[in-house]
Amino acid sequence: MTKVRWMNRPIAIALLLAACWVASAGTLQGQPPVSPAQEGFVPIDQLQAKEQLPAAPLVMAAYAVAWIVIFVYVWSIWRRLGQVEQDLAAVRQRVGSVSRQ
Amino acid sequence: MTRVFRPFILLLTVMFALAPVLIVGAPYESSMGLVQKIFYFHFASWMGMFAATAVCGVASARVLFQRRQASDFTAVAAAELVVVFGLIGLITGPLWGRKAWGVWWTWDARATSALVLWLIFVSYLLLRRFGGPGSERLAAAVGLFGMFNAPFVYWSVNLWRTLHPKTSVVPTLPVSMGLPLWFSTVAFLGLFSILLTMRMRLEKRRAELDSLHLALEDSI
Repeated sequence: MTKVRWMNRPIAIALLLAACWVASAGTLQGQPPVSPAQEGFVPIDQLQAKEQLPAAPLVMAAYAVAWIVIFVYVWSIWRRLGQVEQDLAAVRQRVGSVSRQ
Repeated sequence: MTRVFRPFILLLTVMFALAPVLIVGAPYESSMGLVQKIFYFHFASWMGMFAATAVCGVASARVLFQRRQASDFTAVAAAELVVVFGLIGLITGPLWGRKAWGVWWTWDARATSALVLWLIFVSYLLLRRFGGPGSERLAAAVGLFGMFNAPFVYWSVNLWRTLHPKTSVVPTLPVSMGLPLWFSTVAFLGLFSILLTMRMRLEKRRAELDSLHLALEDSI
């Protein structure tokens, strides 16, 4: 039994090394590509056009969205309240006419 | 009620008119520059959402354990406001992230947990809309669950490794950045209280309408 174990040790070590190599190769493949800016200084005018994203439109869009969402919600409450008030007046009128009869 | 709220609405209008002036006057953050200015409304909208979550949770607990109808009006109004303020946060966040992180969305702990919290309150509203009779108690349980979920959203940036700035950023801000931030936050909380009152009024009027319809059916 002990002899069999000793005979299997080189195979086990070989298998372990192979597994480590496969895992490390997989990890390296899964890593994101290194950008030039991570390896050295890149002046802003040498960046690709897609990386020179202006901030102003994003800031304006954010504030516009906040205001639009708030105004639409206030308008929706106002419209729903108006509808309910109308329905209430109509039903009150009907209740009044029924009670008079 | 309108007379009582008139000075409050006037004050809020002045605050919202003054907020952009303070935000423009605040200094640029060193690494992000101009895009960091989104922070002032982004943070304020999340604070509005957390306030709405707390109000909805407490009111839902009262609906569940004390069966108070008035609390149900508060709970449904606050749940709607969670969705409204959360929507602002969920849209302004990616607009900021696109420039700061280079992506519109990432499955970061804060962003993901905030989205889940928002979806919980969307499900609350769907339950109320389509759940049929008795759905208010089931929805109240969802509202209570949502309230207990909110602290995890707040602490997620400290608990997990994440791209999002930690909660320790806000207390360390200089006065020149802290003033517009807290000014906007107070304005948003004021807006939250006015919208909550308006929305609760709508629920009360709807309940009156339902009781009148029942009275009319009984009399016929």
